[in-house]
Amino acid sequence: MNDHILEMRGITKRFPGVIALQDVTLAVRRGEVHAICGENGAGKSTLMKVLSGVYPHGDYEGDIVLDGKTVEFRGIRDSEAEGVVIIHQELALSPYLSIAENIFLGNEQLSSRGVVDWNRTNARAADLLRQVGLTERPDTRVMDIGVGKQQLVEIAKALSKEVKLLILDEPTAALNDEDSAHLLGLIRGLRDRGITSIIISHKLNEIEAIADSTTIIRDGRTIETLEMHGAEPVSEERIIRGMVGRSLDNRFPEHTPSIGAEVLRIEDWTVHHPVDQSRLVVDGASITVNRGEIVGLAGLMGAGRTELAMSVFGRSYGSRISGRVFKDGKPVHLHTVDQAIKSGLAYATEDRKHYGLNLIDTVQHNVSAAALDKLSRGGVVDRRQEGTVAERFRKDLNIKTHTVQAFVGKLSGGNQQKVVLSKWIYADPDVLILDEPTRGIDVGAKYEIYTIINKLAEQGKGVLVISSELPELLGICDRIYTLSQGRVTGEVPRAEATQERLMQYMTMEKDGKAS
Amino acid sequence: MSVDMNTTPNLPAGERARVPLSQRLGGLGGNARQYGIFGALVVIILLFQVLTDGKLLLANNVASLFQQNAYVMILAIGMVMVIVAGHIDLSVGSVVAFVGGIVALSMRDLDLPWAVAILIGLAAGALVGAWQGFWVAYIGIPAFIVTLAGMLVFRGLALVLVGETVAGLPPEFISIAGGSLPNVLGFVGNADVVTLVIGAVAFLALAFTQVRARQSMRKHNLHAEPVGVFITKLVLVALGIGALTVILSFSAGGTPIVLVIVGVLVVVYSFLMGRTVFGRHIYAIGGNRAAAALSGVSTKRVDFWIFVNIGVLAAVAAIVTTSRAGAAIAAAGQNYELDAIAACFIGGAAVTGGIGRISGAIVGALIMGVLNMGLSIMAVDPAWQQAIKGLVLLLAVAFDLLNKRRAGTR
Repeated sequence: MNDHILEMRGITKRFPGVIALQDVTLAVRRGEVHAICGENGAGKSTLMKVLSGVYPHGDYEGDIVLDGKTVEFRGIRDSEAEGVVIIHQELALSPYLSIAENIFLGNEQLSSRGVVDWNRTNARAADLLRQVGLTERPDTRVMDIGVGKQQLVEIAKALSKEVKLLILDEPTAALNDEDSAHLLGLIRGLRDRGITSIIISHKLNEIEAIADSTTIIRDGRTIETLEMHGAEPVSEERIIRGMVGRSLDNRFPEHTPSIGAEVLRIEDWTVHHPVDQSRLVVDGASITVNRGEIVGLAGLMGAGRTELAMSVFGRSYGSRISGRVFKDGKPVHLHTVDQAIKSGLAYATEDRKHYGLNLIDTVQHNVSAAALDKLSRGGVVDRRQEGTVAERFRKDLNIKTHTVQAFVGKLSGGNQQKVVLSKWIYADPDVLILDEPTRGIDVGAKYEIYTIINKLAEQGKGVLVISSELPELLGICDRIYTLSQGRVTGEVPRAEATQERLMQYMTMEKDGKAS
Repeated sequence: MSVDMNTTPNLPAGERARVPLSQRLGGLGGNARQYGIFGALVVIILLFQVLTDGKLLLANNVASLFQQNAYVMILAIGMVMVIVAGHIDLSVGSVVAFVGGIVALSMRDLDLPWAVAILIGLAAGALVGAWQGFWVAYIGIPAFIVTLAGMLVFRGLALVLVGETVAGLPPEFISIAGGSLPNVLGFVGNADVVTLVIGAVAFLALAFTQVRARQSMRKHNLHAEPVGVFITKLVLVALGIGALTVILSFSAGGTPIVLVIVGVLVVVYSFLMGRTVFGRHIYAIGGNRAAAALSGVSTKRVDFWIFVNIGVLAAVAAIVTTSRAGAAIAAAGQNYELDAIAACFIGGAAVTGGIGRISGAIVGALIMGVLNMGLSIMAVDPAWQQAIKGLVLLLAVAFDLLNKRRAGTR
């Protein structure tokens, strides 16, 4: 029964000054789905980079045994030749090329004369697409299909390489529930065809649903490997305990709301697509946020949540925007981000890397970025005071970096998110719009972020939280709005909110019926 | 030259020990890479000092090194700001010829005093910059295209203005590039006292600001660099300034006027980039334009003003160039944009924006200048000089990239 397709023994990987992996052991049985869990920065991705040859042999210590023989990969090409294919968190598809071209990128289907054989390319691509359950034509451009389908194209690409061991790094991080379910079903189907998968995920319910065994990594060390179908079923709590090294009794901190006066009211807000100006993205939405209140905004992908928030925040998104915004009961006109900030609004983006942070600058400079006016006199920045402020946030929000002079790009996701929050908290707004504040963040850091959100509400600020994770909204919000196809379809107080009820509103069609 | 202090937090001794060595070295004053560039400059100077049998550092050669290369340094200051913001400016060479024509014609044909002509030139530079800034910032055309068009447009206009070489300029104007500060304090031996005083004042000012910054940092409980490192740094700076001062004081004229112009610009712009909100916004835009916009930075306004700024600096370069040539020539400023861009990249600016310093660009310009001068003294064929400069640019950037990769920052 111990037929291992892969064994990694005593893997140690050092970076200058840091040991990322220390004596890590991983054994994966043939034909299973093996999950790897761990907090951000625990070393999961590093381990997979060692396995796939991104870090070449000699760059690490220890042995990789694949199919019973020791392998020494010098690059991704070597590992792919042995049937080990990794699909990264950030998809590696070229948006302007067709699906078929992407699938055979670097592995072009040539005719006998050495030119690309398009008929064979498209025919083989169509066959692979069928295997992953896609009905798109192979010549569709990748940019024209959704993220969920792009993920499936990645898998089709892996299948084209005769994959034996498929590694998926956070495959469902950017997917909605439906696409996630489809993807997990596909992974199951691959297992039945004898393809072994290693899946890295933060979504413990998925791991519970799909994994045959789970290896937990913490601080660069293997903690344990759990049999998911053993005598005792493994619960999410059990996995969390292994990941954080203690049990988290409550995933959401206590919060007793003390709700004050209305601080933000958006009325009849309508936004059109920035390019296709006839397309409605937000359709007559009205919401209010009170002081001291945490308000949730739920909706499926494409419901217009981010678009609503960004269009209110200084018209950062969209065209032909209409509607009214009231701050503390008075109408305000927020035509630029600067005006929005000065009116006491803050918007922390869902996409830290692209819209939230200057990754090649320091923690200190990122923290001060939205409120340099407060730190400057006559246009000259007071750097001592700036340093003191950044240092204060480092301590208050427990940002794990040895110095505020470190580059933000080197921090883990959770700590980057804390930098984003620091930036907006220092701007001292009355209303904070937090778009997916815990996306891609591990369990321990999530708890810290929730605590920060609670504190902000306790200080009398209004908080609007946008999230795709319903349990999160149910866990922290006092009131939840649902958005569907750009329209507000429901408003549910905390006491009456259940996942089922929210989901029903979130899928409500334009004519008012639930789909 | 940049007055950069590092602020590492005051960690308890145990935690301090865990800070990786590379990070602690990085804390030696901004970034270790800045030292690399200074080191490269020193090596190149020493190399040519040997290769030219000591002729490189002769007093008059050092003075003319600055006079010959002032234009690159002035343009590189503006260029590094444009590059940090993620743009490029290909038009500065043509703008130099165009503005040079305007300044010369104002003096010769309109009989305006030289000071007025200079003001007209600066205004013309600002207008040129506003023109290009408008297209880049408010219409959204990539700067590469706007300034490529500008390169053709302003070269064309320069040819229209300056049909024939405009010579016969006033001697005051000529002395901007060729002249030196008046020797009002006499000589000690053969050394010009004015130069010595300037050198001493420059060092004292620098030392004073550094010491004060250090004290202020201690007061705010921020970790300053160790005393030993601090003093070593000051001693090295003192040696550098001292050597330059002494050598220049023995040159024919003492301190070249252009060196004063460049020095003032370097101080002002280092302050602007390092200490002001405007400077911070430039780095923020270059590092992540979308994030900067969502943080309330008016990206269009910043883009516009950096082009106005490089327009004005191109006008300053035009004045220096015209003064040095003693005449306005339609073909002036050929390839100046490439010299300035090369200086920025040798000085560590990132092609993708967000990274780059005034001091780096100046050192980059000096490296190119020393190469030029050294090779000329050695009587190397100009064709080969050009090839060698190209290789140095390539190697400098390659060295930088490999260094970063080894440090694991990518």
